Amino acid sequence: MADLRCDIAGVKSPNPFWLASAPPTDKEYNVVRAFKAGWGGVVWKTLGEDPPIVNVSSRYGAMSYNGTRMAGFNNIELITDRPLDVNLQEIKQVKRDWPDRAMVVSLMVPCEEENWRNILKRVEETEADAVELNFGCPHGMSERGMGSAVGQVPEYIEMVTRWCKTHTRMPVFVKLTPNVTNVLSPARAAKAGGADAVSLINTINSIMSVDLDIMAPTPTVGGKGSHGGYCGPAVKPIAMHMVAEIARDKETAGLPISGIGGIGNWRDAAEFMSLGAGSVQVCTAAMHKGFKIVEDMIDGLAYWMDEKGHQTLDDFRGAAVPNVTDWQYLDLNFETVARIDQDLCIQCGLCHIACEDTSHQAIAAQRDNGARRYEVIDAECVGCNLCQHVCPVEGCISMVEVENGKEYMNWTQDPRNPMNQKAAE
Amino acid sequence: MDNQPDIAAGRLPESAYAENFGDVHPPLDRKAALVESSRCYFCYDAPCIEACPTGIDIPSFIRKISTDNVRGAAQDILQENIMGGACARVCPTEVLCQEACVRNTQEHKPVQIGLLQRYATDAVMEAESHPFTRAEPSGKTVAVVGAGPAGLSCAHRLAMLGHDVVVFDAKAKAGGLNEYGIAAYKVPDDFAHREVDFILEIGGIEIRHDQALGKDIALAELRRDYDAVFLGMGLGGVRALNLEGEDLPGVHNAVDYIAELRQSDDLRSLPVGRKIVVIGGGNTAIDIAVQTKRLGAEDVTLVYRRGPEAMSATHHEQEFAQVNGVKIKHWAQPRQLRGAHGRISDVVFEYTQLDENGRLAGTGDAFSLPADMVFKAIGQAMLPLPQANGASDLLEMDGERIAVNEQRQTSLPDVWAGGDCVKISQDLTVAAVQDGKLAAQSIDSFLRG
Ligand SMILES: Cc1cc2nc3c(=O)[nH]c(=O)nc-3n(C[C@H](O)[C@H](O)[C@H](O)COP(=O)(O)OP(=O)(O)OC[C@H]3O[C@@H](n4cnc5c(N)ncnc54)[C@H](O)[C@@H]3O)c2cc1C
Ligand SMILES: Cc1cc2nc3c(=O)[nH]c(=O)nc-3n(C[C@H](O)[C@H](O)[C@H](O)COP(=O)(O)O)c2cc1C
Ligand code: SF4
Repeated sequence: MADLRCDIAGVKSPNPFWLASAPPTDKEYNVVRAFKAGWGGVVWKTLGEDPPIVNVSSRYGAMSYNGTRMAGFNNIELITDRPLDVNLQEIKQVKRDWPDRAMVVSLMVPCEEENWRNILKRVEETEADAVELNFGCPHGMSERGMGSAVGQVPEYIEMVTRWCKTHTRMPVFVKLTPNVTNVLSPARAAKAGGADAVSLINTINSIMSVDLDIMAPTPTVGGKGSHGGYCGPAVKPIAMHMVAEIARDKETAGLPISGIGGIGNWRDAAEFMSLGAGSVQVCTAAMHKGFKIVEDMIDGLAYWMDEKGHQTLDDFRGAAVPNVTDWQYLDLNFETVARIDQDLCIQCGLCHIACEDTSHQAIAAQRDNGARRYEVIDAECVGCNLCQHVCPVEGCISMVEVENGKEYMNWTQDPRNPMNQKAAE
Repeated sequence: MDNQPDIAAGRLPESAYAENFGDVHPPLDRKAALVESSRCYFCYDAPCIEACPTGIDIPSFIRKISTDNVRGAAQDILQENIMGGACARVCPTEVLCQEACVRNTQEHKPVQIGLLQRYATDAVMEAESHPFTRAEPSGKTVAVVGAGPAGLSCAHRLAMLGHDVVVFDAKAKAGGLNEYGIAAYKVPDDFAHREVDFILEIGGIEIRHDQALGKDIALAELRRDYDAVFLGMGLGGVRALNLEGEDLPGVHNAVDYIAELRQSDDLRSLPVGRKIVVIGGGNTAIDIAVQTKRLGAEDVTLVYRRGPEAMSATHHEQEFAQVNGVKIKHWAQPRQLRGAHGRISDVVFEYTQLDENGRLAGTGDAFSLPADMVFKAIGQAMLPLPQANGASDLLEMDGERIAVNEQRQTSLPDVWAGGDCVKISQDLTVAAVQDGKLAAQSIDSFLRG
């Protein structure tokens, strides 16, 4: 069976599945349960300076989508609310008891060199494998000049990262916030500061829902709500885009990445890894279903690797990165049209109405002796594949390539591009 | 017209046989399996696991189906129940896992665990490689008597644990009642045979056919020649009605006719009566009733001496029979089987009720049902163990069946038993598989002890 051992920035774990810095990693009790269940590593819930912060009640909001609970999740929790000493002692004990698992300690202290130096010294004494700088928390801490308040200013990231690299021998992971216009600026800053790896994404600014009876956002604390951090399955596409950007950027390419955001099963993990992630971190899925979900992640990934002939994680890590390109390099001469398998079609008409009302009027609604029949009009079909997505029947609509005999031509080469016309003039 | 029995083959148009004896529950395709698997909550301490006699981690395998980790799902199933494929088809899930599903409480609609189990196991059985490997050879060889679910489950687990196994079976084909007894539409397309082949792929298991314990081989011999023995002979005998007319031509043991049906290459050539009377209230009664109906019998009446709740066939199975056009008559017991022209002509029943002490009693009122064929399905019994070589009389019995402890060990220290032939089993395929597995684990400790 495939070898799942993971090594990212010198941090080793028996598998790439780590729990992200969050409630599941807040104390020894949870972390030991996680290790017993099979998790390869943890990023301990973010430590700060004493006195510990205080939290509110309630703290979580969730979005159900068509009956699926927690399709999206958000929280207004802060970093750990336990004393620093207690956390450090527990970290030391757990690392001693579970030496083969990755123990990364998440940190957030005020933006002064002295503060960082002090906490790093104390973390080193625990024998933890690495630290993760939490520059991501979007609520509560940012108002105090920490978390995403740092993460949104590349100069601060670079400065704090450099301090940390100066004051510790431990590998430094920088956890990035997605609450920026372009994730490359903070990623490049982390690299410039000497980061050994980046972790992303932290949570996204959000309001989950509004309680229309009391006219307040949820989660509601005494009649008021505050924006919180969004995570869970719904954020996965956003996180993967950011991971891919870092993996393919000239400046940051090769910088190890710990992928986070909406990961709940082996396939999510494999997708992040194919886009360049070394390890992956999970929070919401574990909070929803418990630590046992890691069993599917472990054997699911191993079976899939066996099937594909991958022996180690390196065999496919980043394999999809070369195929992530900019729009302007896509082949404008590549053509597909939709095909409806009439034997599978259940005559719901959804493909027709989607195309008719909102797209290209390329699916004809016919009656054949009274029976409904939906047929693609090839000449009108632009191959957008909206119909394929709306069709409720698996495999009923497929997109088939049109052999048009035309060569590859992208927008930079296309004569219809005004830039090219200008050049030709 | 006089009362000539009407028994004929080929009552139905040719195409009807394939339809009537094809899959009762067609398999789920991927999309359906994904939708159904998403209904599972992945419960903590899930009640369904406890309700499965083999203790399959059901939430785990269903979650794996939902992530397209079908191989992982099948592994979860098969490591607890090597006949997970058969059980997915034959288990009365409505009184096992699916009855326990928390969705019943919430919305009276359990997750379709059986169909999901089939989805996963079918995929792996079609794949090339066997999902289990054998431990280092132990140098020990175990004799298993009976190649039914109990025997094969035991043999597979023993082989996995590194022991060699020789299986002795009285019949020409392996599989036990999966091959000869289960209703045809539950296991179509030669499934029982395919499953036996799949189980044997692990290696280290030799099956010797036409070898009956008590006739061709003796327990004392097996104990002498092998390191341990497992008995999984099932129930070879059939209970008699002990009534007048029971021997008339046209009166059959349901299990014999079902075996004939299961072995038939061409169901069109199998003769079936126009009017059928079935006596009994269990699985076998339901199965013979439905199968004769599906062969084209016109009137099939199943008569049971108590009420519907007392039938060992589940509510679901009774309903299935009724939907298939079988008439179920409760509260009547057979009194006499009458003949005409040297054959069965009708059965006389007496109405029954419970007396003031709650005991079953006849009311004295009678009625008669005309029958071209009568099927007895009032239960199977264990054939008395052969006394040859003085070995088997040491085997302690519990009633008619073999007495075993929790580990399925008999009164003889090197002999284990499981499946229908032991008292504590539930007379279900899944229970037999569990017995075989438990026995193998106990045998393993014994051999290594
Ligand atoms: C008609 C019918 C329908 C059923 N339907 C269902 C169902 O839908 N679902 C369900 O869960 N259960 C069902 N059952 C019950 C289920 O089939 C049994 O509980 C199960 O097969 C028991 O397995 P076993 O291995 O103990 O015995 P068996 O399956 O009976 O296997 C015993 C094996 O031992 C062999 N054997 C017998 N005597 C000797 C001997 N002296 N020497 C050597 N070999 C011998 C036999 O040839 C056979 O291969 C049904 C039973 C019947 C009769
Ligand atoms: C309740 C909660 C608390 C969190 N606390 C922290 C934290 O203290 N430090 C941190 O770096 N990230 C924290 N996060 C963010 C997670 O580590 C993770 O980056 C994010 O939830 C995305 O992953 P997911 O989609 O698997 O949940 C928290 C998330 C949640 C839901
Ligand atoms: S249904 Fe009951 S056990 Fe399940 S989550 Fe709700 S309260 Fe808990």
